[in-house]
Amino acid sequence: MSDLRHNVHATDETHKMTEAEAEHEVLPGYVTTLGTMSGVHATKRESVWSVILPPLVAGAVILAIWYLVSYGILSEDRRFLLKPPHEVVRVGFLTWENLSEMLIALWNTAQIAIIGLVAATIIGLGLAVIMSQSKLLERAIFPYMVILQSMPILAIVPLIGFWFGYDRTSRVVVCVLIAVFPILVNSLFGLLSADQGMHDLFTLHKANRWTRLKKLMFPAALPAIFTGLRIAAGLSVIGAIVGDFLFGQGEVGIGQVIKLYAARLRGEELLAGVLLACMFGVLVFGLFGWIGNRVVGKWATQARS
Amino acid sequence: MTDTRTAPDTSTRGAAALSFRNISMVFPDGTQAVDDVSFDVCRNEFVTIVGPSGCGKSTLLKIASGLLRQTSGDVEIDRSRIGYVFQDATLLPWRTVRQNVELLTELHGFPKDDRATRAADAIELVGLAGFEDHYPNSLSGGMRMRASLARTLTLEPPVFLFDEPFGAVDEITRERLNEETLALFQREGFAGLFITHSISEAVFLSTKVLVMSARPGRIVEQYDIPFDYPREPELRFDPEFTRISGEISHTLRGAHS
Repeated sequence: MSDLRHNVHATDETHKMTEAEAEHEVLPGYVTTLGTMSGVHATKRESVWSVILPPLVAGAVILAIWYLVSYGILSEDRRFLLKPPHEVVRVGFLTWENLSEMLIALWNTAQIAIIGLVAATIIGLGLAVIMSQSKLLERAIFPYMVILQSMPILAIVPLIGFWFGYDRTSRVVVCVLIAVFPILVNSLFGLLSADQGMHDLFTLHKANRWTRLKKLMFPAALPAIFTGLRIAAGLSVIGAIVGDFLFGQGEVGIGQVIKLYAARLRGEELLAGVLLACMFGVLVFGLFGWIGNRVVGKWATQARS
Repeated sequence: MTDTRTAPDTSTRGAAALSFRNISMVFPDGTQAVDDVSFDVCRNEFVTIVGPSGCGKSTLLKIASGLLRQTSGDVEIDRSRIGYVFQDATLLPWRTVRQNVELLTELHGFPKDDRATRAADAIELVGLAGFEDHYPNSLSGGMRMRASLARTLTLEPPVFLFDEPFGAVDEITRERLNEETLALFQREGFAGLFITHSISEAVFLSTKVLVMSARPGRIVEQYDIPFDYPREPELRFDPEFTRISGEISHTLRGAHS
């Protein structure tokens, strides 16, 4: 019942907005009094439960299947393959000794991912700006970026190791290699997205290259740049973990720790480590989505995709 | 600036602010868009070109503004502070109304205080006061067009080029915007060149209406519109208004075939 009332109210609000807007149109003198209203876009808000409930139910189903496999399908001697959820939580997350080990490793991985992301952003954005300024350079550089993108990382692992060694530096290189492409492509797409009319406007008023880039192309690119950053951030985390598997010297990251748990058949810690890595990825993805929304959400109609 | 200009007076018209001499335009693909077009627009004069779609009306504006270079002929115009109102409002979505209106003075390097005053005046003039801090995505089509007009006004351009600016708004809004455009015209006394499909819009706004033929665009007929300014909205129902509109419509149909 309360749900229904809520919807009725929302519809009413939408209706009022239309009227208010119609009045703006006919009587510009009234605009000041109504000014505060029109910033609020009446959207048809669904109740909180209809948003939260479906994933909660799906989560419960997954947990149920997990328990079923753990207790119903696996025999006692093979249960180490999939320990039940509460055991994973108890051993993996609630035992400080294990958790701290994983968190320290995760922090190492995060550092690699952040350094990789920053480097990829500088390179990707820089190349995109250069390519946006000259069709010739765009044509020259783009094919190599596509090759770089389609190159299997595993195939050049020996080369990376040969050049950069088997520790931190090589892990960063892996991050950069897989994160640079989405940043480059999205930034370039964004920089070229300002429409012709706006370019004409800048041409008419004799804007130079730098002004055009700063006041037109770059702001127009921001939503796309943030989309690229969000994707790249996720990839960078993956890159750091993959890099950890491949170049495991020096301070170990979460990848090495997970590998270790698997080798020692420590099922609880193994699953906890994987979950922790997942949560970290989601966190990073969400963080960049949030930042992007803060920066361009006010004006971009499609800040989130 | 101190005089109260009411009616554009022929005697105050000096030399042409915009002058086309034998302009022809052939695009690289071979289409001839404009063929031997000559006419002048003086200050305090509002000239509208009507013509079938694709007859090269917009091409003329692009040539006038320098966005396109004509194949032959001469254009005389001062392009230092050109006023160009686009088909779309072309507002930058990341700027508020105020910041959008300030854009051109910013590009022309006006000092900050001056920019702010000009923007505030222009916003007031188009009736957008109270909406300074709104982003374009929260404005209606008509309001965006007003913001676009305000942006152009900040430069006090001697020549105002309108490229079918009110084509995308509804009829009632369009008529209102027409009236507002006339008020601006009387106030500023610019040389106006307006492109439209709408005959009643053309007659209502203009001192002179030019009819263009289908491609290649030529000026086939010219109508002096005799009504005094300020023009009331009711003018649209005047028998003489209807007669002139009918005549233009007739010519236009001839030009179409």
